Amino acid sequence: MEPLLDIRGLAKSFTLHNQGGVTLPVLAAVDLSVRAGECVALHGRSGTGKSTLLRTLYGNYRVGSGELWVRHGAARIDLAQASPRQIIELRRSTIGYVSQFLRVIPRVAALDIVAEPMRARGLGAEAALERAAALLTRLNVPERLWHLAPATFSGGEQQRINIARGFAVEYPILLLDEPTASLDGDNRTSVIGLIDEVLARGTAIVGIFHDGEVRERVASRLYDMTEAKAA
Amino acid sequence: MSALPLLDEEPPLLVVEGLTVAYGARVGCRDVGFELWPGEVLGIVGESGSGKTSLLNALSAKIEPAAGRIRYRLRDGTMADLFDLSEAARRQLLRTDWGVVHQNPRDGLRLTVSAGANVGERLMAIGARHYGEIRGSALDWLGKVEIDRDRIDDRPSSFSGGMQQRLQIARNLVTNPRLVFMDEPTGGLDVSVQARLLDLIRGLVADLGLSAIIVTHDLAVARLLAHRLMVMRGGEVVESGLTDQVLDDPQHPYTQLLVSSILQV
Repeated sequence: MEPLLDIRGLAKSFTLHNQGGVTLPVLAAVDLSVRAGECVALHGRSGTGKSTLLRTLYGNYRVGSGELWVRHGAARIDLAQASPRQIIELRRSTIGYVSQFLRVIPRVAALDIVAEPMRARGLGAEAALERAAALLTRLNVPERLWHLAPATFSGGEQQRINIARGFAVEYPILLLDEPTASLDGDNRTSVIGLIDEVLARGTAIVGIFHDGEVRERVASRLYDMTEAKAA
Repeated sequence: MSALPLLDEEPPLLVVEGLTVAYGARVGCRDVGFELWPGEVLGIVGESGSGKTSLLNALSAKIEPAAGRIRYRLRDGTMADLFDLSEAARRQLLRTDWGVVHQNPRDGLRLTVSAGANVGERLMAIGARHYGEIRGSALDWLGKVEIDRDRIDDRPSSFSGGMQQRLQIARNLVTNPRLVFMDEPTGGLDVSVQARLLDLIRGLVADLGLSAIIVTHDLAVARLLAHRLMVMRGGEVVESGLTDQVLDDPQHPYTQLLVSSILQV
C-alpha cells in the first residue's frame, strides 16, 4: 500500500535576519513514510523540532529542502513545490491539524468554529451543526458554552473545541500537537476514542504526545527525532 | 503521475504584470505582479509609504500606471486589459462588477443623503428604477451589515464610525460585485468595533464567494481575512505567499521585522 505521507530528506532551518543573521538548523534529514491507519508519534525532548516538523507538514512553515509527498485523492502533491492555493485545498480536504492552542476569532461561537471545516467542504448548515454538537457532547463541552465565542473559555475547554474542529472532517491525514495536554482523565479517554476511530477508518496520524500513557495507547510506532538531526 | 494536478483548471479573475506607478520621478510601486482567483482574498501589508495605496489606486483604475498590465476576466469569460477599455466601460465596471471600500467612509459615502439613498444609488447607477424594489434591497442590505432598519432614512453623518463603515460596505456589495478593494477597512475604529466589522467582512466574503484585495498595515487583520499575503516595502513586493506561512515563517528581513514588532497582549 502506498503511503499517504512520504517525507524524503526534509530539512528546515530558520535564519534570523534581524539578530545577526544567525541560522538555526532544526531538521537536517527527515525520512518518514506514514500509511493509512498508522499513528506515528514524534519522540524526543523539547527543542528537537517536533512542532517544527508538524507545522512543516501542514504547510505552516516552508519546506527548507527535500520532498514532502502528500496523497490527495488520486494525485500526489509535493508540499515543497505546492502553491498557496494548493496548500489551502490540501487543508480543506486532505490534511487536518489540531494545534495546541485555539486561534480565537472574535464573535464566532464555539459551535460554528467546529462546524466551519465541514461547511467549507460543502456540508449543509444543519448537518454540520448537528455533527458539531455531537462532537462537543462527546468531548464533554457543556451545552451552555456552545453559542459563546471561546475567548473566555478555560485552556481545557478551548483545547476540546480545537479537537472537535480537527475531527469534524474525515481527513485522510491528521496532525496532532499534544491533543491531550490540558485534559483530565475522562476527556483524555474521549480523545483516545476519537483517535482509535479515525485510525480504524484508515486515517494516517503524525502526532506529538507528551503523555506517555496516551502515546503507548495510540502510537503504532515512534519516530525518534535524533534521526532528523543525523545528516 | 503528474506532480501538481490540483484545481488550476479554473482561470484567474485578475492578472497583474509588471505594474509600476510613478508620480513624476517618484515611484509609488514598482514591477508588481500577481494573480487573483475567484473567491480569494489577497492581503497587501506594509507600513505607510510602502506603496500599498498606490498599488490599490492603480488596480482600481483610479490612476493610470506608468507601466504594466492589469487584465480582468469579464462576466462573459473574456479577459480584458483594463486600460484598453474605454473610459465609459471602465467606469461601468467600477460601478457594477467592482466595489471600493475606502478607509475613511466619508470618501465612499454621500453624507448629505439618507442611508437608504446611499445604498440605492449604486443600484440606480446600474439601471434599477423601481422605488419599492430599490428600498427593499437597501433594507435587506442594512440588515446584512447589522444596521437597524429604522435608520434607513437617516443621514450617515449621524452614524458612528463603525456604522458608517458598515454602510459603505452595504453600498458596495448591493450590486453583487465580483471583486472588492478595501483600503484599511478597520483603520481608525475602536478595537471592539473593529472585531465586529472584521467578523462581518469575513462572513460576507465567504458567503458571497467574493474576491477581495485588502490593504492593511495590521497583520492581525491580514491573518483573519486574507488567504494570501504580499508584503510591500519601498514600493516593491519583498515577500508573498500563504498568509500563515508568511506570518509564522517569514523569510525576508523586513517581514521578520514587521512580525517581530507586534506587541503581544
